[in-house]
Amino acid sequence: MTDTPVLSVRNLVVEIPTRRGILRPVDNVSYDIHAGEILGVVGESGAGKSMTGNAVIGLLDRPARITSGEILLSGQPIHNLKGEALRRLRGKKMGMIFQDPLTSLNPLLTVGDQLTETILEHLGVSQQQARERAIAALEEVGIPAARSRIDSYPHEFSGGMRQRVVIALALCAEPDLVIADEPTTALDVSVQAQIVALLKRLCRERGVAVMLVTHDMGVIAEAADRVAVMYAGRLAELGPVREVLTAARHPYTSGLMASTPLASQGHERLRQIPGAMPRLGNLPDGCAFHPRCDYAQDRCRRDPGPTLETCDGRAACWFPLGAERKQEVGA
Amino acid sequence: MAEIQPEIRPSRLTRAWDSDLAWSFRHAPVAVVSAIVVLVLIAGALLAPLIAPHDPFNPATLNLMNGFTPPGQANQFTGDLFLLGTDDQGRDVFSTILYGMRISLFVGFSAVFLAMVLGVILGLLAGYLGGWTETIIMRIADVQLTFPAILVAMLIFGIAKGITPPAYRDQMAIWVLILAIGLSDWVQFARVVRGATLVEKNREYVQAAKLIGRSPFAIMLRHILPNVLNPVLVIATISLALAIIAEATLSFLGVGAPPTKPSLGTLIRIGQEFMFSGEWWILFFPAATLLALALSINLLGDWLRDALNPRLR
Repeated sequence: MTDTPVLSVRNLVVEIPTRRGILRPVDNVSYDIHAGEILGVVGESGAGKSMTGNAVIGLLDRPARITSGEILLSGQPIHNLKGEALRRLRGKKMGMIFQDPLTSLNPLLTVGDQLTETILEHLGVSQQQARERAIAALEEVGIPAARSRIDSYPHEFSGGMRQRVVIALALCAEPDLVIADEPTTALDVSVQAQIVALLKRLCRERGVAVMLVTHDMGVIAEAADRVAVMYAGRLAELGPVREVLTAARHPYTSGLMASTPLASQGHERLRQIPGAMPRLGNLPDGCAFHPRCDYAQDRCRRDPGPTLETCDGRAACWFPLGAERKQEVGA
Repeated sequence: MAEIQPEIRPSRLTRAWDSDLAWSFRHAPVAVVSAIVVLVLIAGALLAPLIAPHDPFNPATLNLMNGFTPPGQANQFTGDLFLLGTDDQGRDVFSTILYGMRISLFVGFSAVFLAMVLGVILGLLAGYLGGWTETIIMRIADVQLTFPAILVAMLIFGIAKGITPPAYRDQMAIWVLILAIGLSDWVQFARVVRGATLVEKNREYVQAAKLIGRSPFAIMLRHILPNVLNPVLVIATISLALAIIAEATLSFLGVGAPPTKPSLGTLIRIGQEFMFSGEWWILFFPAATLLALALSINLLGDWLRDALNPRLR
């Protein structure tokens, strides 16, 4: 693609200073998201998925801070913005969809109030126009009888409907980038599918760039165009979703895939990745994944952590899976 | 998708009657009785000029011969009848209670309002902004908590009295009382609001409001304040009873409402001089009124706390 990506993250490092030293929940992460594209970010709890999203949108809570790297929004650096400039930019250019639709709406304001608040803040329209836009936004996310539902309070909606409202809220100021932080985790499986389909449709229709943070491989397979797999704050693998899911190069990705339960797949015992992700305070030397990796070799324990750049550009692994086969094909 | 009929919204009154709070009220006999007592007392105070048989503060209508008339009996000299008797000056105790309650309730409500406004604002600022703002506000609150509230009120009262010119002292006494009680009582509002704000500010809807670029003050007022008001309401109700008692205490100690404009506390102070000489009614009726008022408000506050606490439901 030749156009500038909507979001471009370059060598992002987020650090948290603690008594036992500096933790790096996000370590040297780089990726791009283009207009109309959904980038899925997966990984275990604590892998740095949400932290990356929060860093992009400027919601990092102290003492976490960005210590190096760049975040470019449509080519403009935004990682060093502060106060007023940041306030104006987020919301207008970026929207966020939170995990729990129960707590991401103010229980004491009507849905319409919350939508018009956002629209008025960013679009410079009259109260009446804002209300019309709010109704249109609700209709767009598939809320029936939007005109009469707009004056309802959040508790009068079901979980799925509420998540639709949250999506409308994130999109009503017409942002270029939407960060969806586990938007389906708190929902029923049947509702999940609807929400994923909705996100996908809106992304295509509006040409919004979406960063979809989740730990659900099914959601990724369903919605994402490309996928970034994170492990211990680093990118483990980054590539088009079909290739990553069907032919994972990083052993961690293939482990994740194998441990995803499938309804169609008999009653065999589910495969697990042995052990647990190391605490950020005591990452092992070498590749952070090697203590759990079936294929670990001396180099994995010895050499400093592999990155996408130092390896084959797709998986941060010295010995990516399927490489031998590729060599055969090449020869 | 089939169009859903827009439901007809019932009127505000019907919705209020149907609310959980109203339901819980109707099913709490103690609360209903307390509310009736409070309403009757407040109505009596408000309507004092209309229902009081005498104007106890107009010396022209007083007859010293009526002094010390026991309740319900005709005066032995004048033959006048007084429902709750008279005091040493021949003032009708029933009337002085009605007028005294006006002062007590006015001071109580105003002081709680002052404490509430002050406490809520400072608590919101401390909780939301954090950092130095929080440290300064909450340390002041902690220091103030180490003194008994009544002592703080007396201190403020004393300072205010020192700086007002003597000619205005009686006029200013009421306002100084309000200030003194209000300033001695803001701490608990601030602490509760700060705590609730700390919880609310990490909710995602506050993050969302931050994201859309609302200013910190807009977020505090529009998003956080309405969500922390429940406990404030409960504390305000219980504080009201405490403020009325604090006012009575101050007046009883002689540093509150002046005898020319007596509150319930002033009446009790006047009455206790006659307690051992047999004129019990001069003390008893104002004290009983104060008790009924404070107790009913407290019981209402208790009920409100239970009704608003989702964990007890």
